[in-house]
This record gives sequence, C-alpha cells and structure tokens, in this order.
Amino acid sequence: MAVEKIVTRRFDNLKAHELDEYVATGGYEGLRRALSMSPSEVHDEVRTASLLGRGGAGFPAGVKWGFCPPNVWPRYLVVNGDESEPGTYKDRQLLERDPHQVIEGCLITCYAVGLTQCFLYVRGEMAHAQERIAKALNEAYAAGYVGKNILGSDFSVDVVLHWGAGAYIVGEETALIESLEGNRGMPRLKPPFFPAAVGLYGQPTIVNNVETMANIPWIVERGGDAFAAMGAENSKGTRVFAVSGHVNNPGVYEVEFGTTTFRDIIMGDEYAGGMRDGKALKGFVPGGASAPWFFEEHLDLPLEKVAVDQAGSMLGSGAIVVMDEDTDMVKACHNLVRFFARESCGKCTPCREGTTWLERILSRIIAGQGRPSDLSLLMEVSENISPGIAWPPRQTTICPLGPSAVSPIASALERFRNEFEDYITLSDRRVIPVGAA
Amino acid sequence: MSRLSEANLRIAHDILSRYPKKKSATIPLLHLAQEQDGYVTDDAMEHIAELVEVTPAEVLGTCSFYEMFKRAPVGDYRINICHGIACHLLGADDLIHHAEETLGVRQGTVTDDGKISIEGVECIAACTEAPCLQVNYRYMNNVSNEGFDVLVKGLRDGTVSVPKHGTLALTRQQIPEDKAAGNAWVEPDDAPAWWPEPEGDA
Ligand SMILES: Cc1cc2nc3c(=O)[nH]c(=O)nc-3n(C[C@H](O)[C@H](O)[C@H](O)COP(=O)(O)O)c2cc1C
Ligand code: SF4
Ligand code: FES
Repeated sequence: MAVEKIVTRRFDNLKAHELDEYVATGGYEGLRRALSMSPSEVHDEVRTASLLGRGGAGFPAGVKWGFCPPNVWPRYLVVNGDESEPGTYKDRQLLERDPHQVIEGCLITCYAVGLTQCFLYVRGEMAHAQERIAKALNEAYAAGYVGKNILGSDFSVDVVLHWGAGAYIVGEETALIESLEGNRGMPRLKPPFFPAAVGLYGQPTIVNNVETMANIPWIVERGGDAFAAMGAENSKGTRVFAVSGHVNNPGVYEVEFGTTTFRDIIMGDEYAGGMRDGKALKGFVPGGASAPWFFEEHLDLPLEKVAVDQAGSMLGSGAIVVMDEDTDMVKACHNLVRFFARESCGKCTPCREGTTWLERILSRIIAGQGRPSDLSLLMEVSENISPGIAWPPRQTTICPLGPSAVSPIASALERFRNEFEDYITLSDRRVIPVGAA
Repeated sequence: MSRLSEANLRIAHDILSRYPKKKSATIPLLHLAQEQDGYVTDDAMEHIAELVEVTPAEVLGTCSFYEMFKRAPVGDYRINICHGIACHLLGADDLIHHAEETLGVRQGTVTDDGKISIEGVECIAACTEAPCLQVNYRYMNNVSNEGFDVLVKGLRDGTVSVPKHGTLALTRQQIPEDKAAGNAWVEPDDAPAWWPEPEGDA
C-alpha cells in the first residue's frame, strides 16, 4: 500500500534541512503559488482539503481559520510545537528534518488568514529542533522568504522562534498563549471557545499544530482536491503515527489516513513489524496517553477519526504504544496516571487533587499496601473528575487534562481488574502500623 | 549571583524587540540567564523583571512553573532519563535504578564532584527509541546499562562533549533590521498590506 508521502517526503534526504536543498526539491513552491492567488483562494484550497488538525483534537483547519472575526487586527499565528503527550514523536522529527516545510506552511497560513506575526513555539527540551529552526529561519530571512516583502510581494510577516521550558499543559492552546505572554502556563476558562476570537494579547489568534502546518505547502502546491482524494470520508490525506513499545520495528510512519488499519501499522512488515519475541498482544494505546486503551478486537479498525471515536477512543496525537502479554497493566496504568498527576497545572481542584489521589492510591496498590475498597475509590475519584466516566469524556475541569487521567484507569480496571485484585489480595496490610490512615 | 552580562544584555534587547509586549520575553530571558549561570539566580530574575517591566515576584511566578528552570546548581551535566510509558515498557525503571547505583546519587541530587545529576522525566518525544535519555537536552537513544556507563565515563574524561547545562540551541535566530516585517502590532482596524479589501461584505 505504497501511498505518496506528504509531510515526511524529504525524510530520506539528510540535507533537506538546508535551504538550498529544500528549494532544489521543490521547496517554497507552495508559497510562490499562494502568492499568485488571493488569500481567500488559498483558504478555499485548505477548506477543500478538509485537513484535520494534527495536534490531538482533530478540528478542520480550514474551518478554524474562518473563525477570525472580520476586520479585527492584528491577528496572530501560534504554532504548537510543544509535543509532550507520552508516546508522541512526530512534530520533533518534522522540525528537525524538514524545518523549512513547517516555516513555509506558517507563511502560507499567515497569507491566507491575514495573520500579521507568527510565533513558532517549540518545546523547551528540544535543543536540536530549536537549532534547526533557528538556522532555517536565518537562511530564509537572508534569502527573502520570510520577513519584509516576501519574494518581492507586498506580503510581509515575521516568524519568531519561541521556546518553552518544560510543561506538558502548555500544549493546551490557551495555556500555550498564556505561556507566550510570559505567564504560568495555565489554561483559560472557556468560553470564548476559540483563540481565533480572543487569543494572544486578546487578539484573534490561530493555533495550529506543527504537522498541520507541514501539510499546507503540499496542499497549496497540488490543490485541495488532490489532498482530499487521499484517505477516507472523514479523514483526508496522510497522517504520521509513532508506533512504540513491544514491537519489532518501533518507528515513525506516514500512512494514508483513514484506510490503513491498526493491524497494518502494528503487525505489517513495512511498518512496526509485529510483536517482539513472538509474544501476544495484550493491549495498545491508540492515540497518546489521554486515549482509552484498545485491544486485540480493535486491530482491524481503520486509523480513521470517526471510526475510532465511535469505538470509544481517539487517534489523538498519533501515538500508538503497544503492550505485550507480559506487561503489568497495573504498573502501566500507574505510569500514565502519574504523568497526569505531575503535569496537572493545579488551576482546578478536581484535577489537582483528583489526579494526585489517583496516583497515590495506585502507588500504594503496587507497593503491596492496597485495600479492597481502593478499586471503588479509584472509580469514585475518577467520577469526580469526569462524571459518568464516558467517552467522549465529560469534565468538571477547565481543560481536558483531568479527564485524560481517567482514561487509563477506566481501561485497565474494566479489562484487567483481576490484576489489581491480585496486588491487593497478595498485599500484606499487617505492616501498616495501627492508627495509620 | 549575577545580572545579565553586557553581551547577554544585547541579546536580551534583540529578543525583546520581537514581541509586541515585553512580558512575552520572560521565558526566553530566563533561558538566557540559565545559559549564563547554569541556573537562574535571584539577581538575574530581578534584572529580567526590569527588562520586561514587571515585578520580580511575577518573574519568579513564571520561572517556578516550568520544570527546566533550576534555582540552584544542578551540576555540569543534567541527565534526564525518560520514564514515560514507552520507555517504561522497555526498561526505564531498571535504567534509572542502574544510574542511581553507579553514580551513588538519588534522582534530583548531584554527584560529589558536582558534575552530574540525574532525574526521571516524562516523555521526551523519542518514544520509538526507548529507553532514552537526554544530557543537557541532547538525546541518547536505545540506552543500555553499559551504554549509560560509557556515557558517564565520557562526560567525566571529556571524550563526550556536551554544552554545559543551560545552553540550548547553539544558533540563535537573527532578524536583520532591514529584513524585518515589523508589522507585529499594526494599528487596530489596519488591515495588513496584502489583504485585499475589507472583509465581511459577503
Ligand atoms: C492537555 C493538552 C495538551 C495538548 N498538547 C498539545 C501539544 O503538545 N501539541 C499540539 O499540537 N496540540 C496539543 N494539544 C491540542 C491543542 O490544544 C490544540 O487543539 C492544537 O494545538 C490545535 O492545533 P490543530 O488544530 O492543528 O491540531 C493539547 C491539548 C490538551 C488539552
Ligand atoms: S484540568 Fe488540570 S491541567 Fe487543566 S486547567 Fe484544570 S488543573 Fe489545570
Ligand atoms: S516515553 Fe520515553 S520518549 Fe516518549
């Protein structure tokens, strides 16, 4: 199923990060084409492409771009390169291996939506990606692709490289804006539901993911129709998935969106190549730490947004983490919950207290200090964060981070309750001193 | 305990000029301070407060939110071992245990010679290369216990060279004055030059 690659098309070219090589391989042609069109024509191509945002929520980019209130200026573009959802590894590759492609996508977006400045927010821990982007921008400025009167036109925009300093929550778009304003990275209360209305400095702001931006040059170069011709009804084009965990060939694979199945990408020889050491599959995380787990019976689902949503999970950030039969699911669950407990920004009580308690209860179960009532306690605390523990989750919190911590608990308890019970029956409660709570 | 040096102050003004509002430069300037001293000193925070025109307490408020900013020395080499889910499945706990044993330090503390500290950290976006780590935010993939020992030896005897803690990208973005678009803060109601006609007439 060799499908044309879009965003990773230059990954085999180890010099693609240099401007000359980028241009020699068709780089900045999308920008040239865009500048020969009107902004609204460019916007229409992206609408036609039905490009879904690649950052997690999967909202159509062309629709989001249309949410900027008319005649309000200035407007900003903030590109989300905070990639830190456990299991996710694609944006860093796009930034390191083909930085100009991301920059070109940003420029076209600014042109199409009338955005007057772009901030490229790269995760703080990614020193190499920051370096590649800085070099690429310096070259692009010198050659007139970025900055004043781009390619001799009246289109002028600055792209500013900004980097974070270590906080997963900053990936949430309103927290990203807070961080860019120099504040603690805490999400804003909604409404307004979209920064497109009220964003950076209170101005209309488009927030898009790095991979979303990387698709734009191809779409403008080849047309929205060509993009929409790839993929399935509700999931067009291609998508990049990182497959990690207990597989033979962990790796980052760009596949046709919506038609490839989990079985193809996990078991297929041209992709992850099946389970390591011939072990059986126990379960897998289909879309990053926030996603409810999938199992053997889900393998034939296509990597398609609606199908995966209906099956009770999400493709999220394109992170597939595979667990084999020997995996201790209580520990795996604890690992994910600990992540959310650590990364909770602390702004709302159900998440701050709830995730902390969930982590503590799981810790004590693993430490052999679990109590029979702990399993219902886990559900009770989860219920306080995400009433009904359903999918899609409801939330008592400001942002979806709190409910995300419930996903692994609900998945693990439903499917592997016996493993939790084993920990608890085998635990030696007698070591707890009398009077200890 | 130091404010930003002359040279860094010039860089700081460069950075400040790119943001429509000064406070946005807070995180970049905190990185600059950490690059200078290896951690963020009180004096540097006061200096940054002057530059971005907020109180030192506000700078501290921002600084303390972010994991990368250190308020005390952490050694020349900070080794962050990933314990995210993919690395966990492929032996991160054993690797962290091995690191603690061989270095004789616990997570978050510095070796006696003041050179190395280790920490278990959340996913560092290299999940397909698990287990992995970063030394001062430079990657090492598929790390075995033996690989870890070789790394530590190399850091100690200088055969592995890694920029000191606080230094991130070695190249900085430069925006030459004559190339800058400079329309960061156009007047309200002022459409950018390339925007064809007033919107909303549709
Ligand atoms: C807790 C949390 C963390 C997030 N982290 C990221 C991230 O690291 N990168 C990203 O692009 N989007 C992340 N998102 C999604 C963003 O809020 C936003 O939807 C996205 O950047 C929009 O871009 P897109 O429409 O192009 O996908 C996160 C959301 C939440 C709630
Ligand atoms: S849900 Fe958690 S991370 Fe999100 S705003 Fe509330 S406390 Fe912060
Ligand atoms: S889980 Fe270790 S790099 Fe992602």
